[in-house]
Amino acid sequence: MTTKIDETNGGDTEDVAPVAKDAVAAVDPRLLVRQEGFKGYLQEFGRKLRSGDLGALPVIVGIAIIWVVYQVKDDAFLSPKNLSDLSILIVGTGLISVGIVFVLLLGEIDLSVGSLSGLAASTMAVLNIRHGVPEVLAVVIALALGAALGALHGFFFAKIGVPAFVVTLAGLLAWNGLMLQVLGTTGTLDLDDDGFVQTLSSHYFSQLIAAYGAATVAVAGFFLAQFLGARRRKAAGVPSRPLSEILVRTGVLAVIAYAAAWRLNEYKGLPLALVIFVVVLLALDFVVRRTSYGRKVIALGGNVEASRRAGINVDLVRISVYALSGLMAAFGGIMIASRIGSASQQAGTGNLLMEAIAAAVIGGTSLFGGRGSVWSALLGMLVIGSIASGMALLGVANSVQYMITGAVLLAAVVIDSVSRRTQRSAGRG
Amino acid sequence: MPNEPVLALRGISKRFGAVQALTDIDLEVRAGEVVALVGDNGAGKSTLVKAIAGVGPADEGVVEWEGRPVQVSRPHDAQELGIATVYQDLALCDNIDVVGNLFLGREILRAGVLDEVEMERRSRELLQTLSIRIPSVRIPIASLSGGQRQTVAIARSMLGEPKLVILDEPTAALGVEQTAQVLDLVERLRERGLAVILISHNMADVKAVADRVAVLRLGRNNGTFDVKTTSQEEIISAITGATDNAVTRRKARNAEVAK
Repeated sequence: MTTKIDETNGGDTEDVAPVAKDAVAAVDPRLLVRQEGFKGYLQEFGRKLRSGDLGALPVIVGIAIIWVVYQVKDDAFLSPKNLSDLSILIVGTGLISVGIVFVLLLGEIDLSVGSLSGLAASTMAVLNIRHGVPEVLAVVIALALGAALGALHGFFFAKIGVPAFVVTLAGLLAWNGLMLQVLGTTGTLDLDDDGFVQTLSSHYFSQLIAAYGAATVAVAGFFLAQFLGARRRKAAGVPSRPLSEILVRTGVLAVIAYAAAWRLNEYKGLPLALVIFVVVLLALDFVVRRTSYGRKVIALGGNVEASRRAGINVDLVRISVYALSGLMAAFGGIMIASRIGSASQQAGTGNLLMEAIAAAVIGGTSLFGGRGSVWSALLGMLVIGSIASGMALLGVANSVQYMITGAVLLAAVVIDSVSRRTQRSAGRG
Repeated sequence: MPNEPVLALRGISKRFGAVQALTDIDLEVRAGEVVALVGDNGAGKSTLVKAIAGVGPADEGVVEWEGRPVQVSRPHDAQELGIATVYQDLALCDNIDVVGNLFLGREILRAGVLDEVEMERRSRELLQTLSIRIPSVRIPIASLSGGQRQTVAIARSMLGEPKLVILDEPTAALGVEQTAQVLDLVERLRERGLAVILISHNMADVKAVADRVAVLRLGRNNGTFDVKTTSQEEIISAITGATDNAVTRRKARNAEVAK
């Protein structure tokens, strides 16, 4: 990334064959070394932009545009209530989308998550209301069911070799059928208003300190992790981020975190659902970036054969990713039921599946595998949720809303494809 | 013998259905020696390598490792013994950086978490000891040239501290300078006391770095030559099967007479 490149290049130039000697200078002249400090950061940024390595930039710009446009049209859009509602609205589908991110990292697809989320929600409701199973236990069983059915998809895909598209398409139909069976003739089951599940979406930490405290913990934790990481790298003699860059990053995060906390506190406080979502995101982001399991998932998305030869148990990773996708689908389904307050025959149908996949892609996770981040579920859902919530405010019909969301998805895939092509030609693919 | 072979193959045979791919192959490699394995397409080079690497075990014959007979029936067995194989199609992940690829499948953990700092430090150390020049160890493999990728793939095989490295056509798709880089690296492996089996079509490469050349023809041994005392033509005629004809016999006789 930065500075001390000459270390690797310093070696013994004397004993190299004459052919190579002329060709290789002490520092590889082809390498664009980033300058120290803030200016270098900007240059690097510009270069990344040109080579198609856009990262989260298009989607953040997109969110800003959407918010400004809606705010101009109707100043209720950025009101504390609307933003707070938006933050709860995105949780259910966002959780499903997190599972999709993992599947997309593999370079595969999971079409069953919508039906699976509905099945989990209705199983939970039926167990609790008809059979008197305690709510917490019913939730645990529903989550386990989601993970097990996801693992089943993974088994057929990894061990039998059925294309994931077809396996999960079968799941989409079958689990929707099973959900109708489980619900029986009742149709809709209302959850206990003050029960555990409803509380997940209806509870707010109303003390001012809660939201600001959470923001402070996040910012301080981020800074500390970055700072200690940089210090360790420096001690080990490998390139590290300069302090100025860490400060800038921390500053950006602080602005976002405190602005969100302020807006949420203006309404009812910090929603529990949002806390759950962010904690899940943090945990799974850690899994992807910092554990060998996450590394295996990304490697599989890059080159299956290389992963196999590196000794990675390809089948096991595939099955586990589908199990995780199923688990997150069930979790999302339960959070959606919690927000609506009931499980019905409509649960998990409609465009839920499309929204979950679209969110991951809009947020910047590549459909082609091996590239993406768990945070794209949050960013993508903010886009989709903002569009929906703004349309609802303006009183626009569903039909228009679908068309616009469709157009946004197409735009995201176009950006993904184009940036992939540019990255190829810039050799970063 | 003072320098016992690291790996010795005795009477290796392999069939695929009705095809006898390898018949009674012998091969020896010693520490600090580069043996080139050459032969025409379909001569059985890849099959032999697969037999050594445990990917496609031989039907008959004995594999001796440092003097004792061993069973190599899985890739894992070969790795345990200390045999590292670098395949022609590289087996690197384009989307992961150099450090990630070097340590793929054997990541260094610190309290259960990837220790990026240690992996990066060791990567730099490894690349430096092998005098491999990569612009940065934190760029994705996709942005490296073919030769650089090949050197990364070879460096990767070195992490398991092998005693024998098998290189399958390492210079096949490379340009002049990149080939030179890879050949330099092969020489460095030899200097470090490793045994190297180098599969190649390129006689110039073979002449440049190999100590001995083992020729396969139609699944059989067709001679082992000392590179220093053998001409390129002789090797090529062994590959093409032109060794045993009137011209070569006359040549051989004349040579004897001349002595």
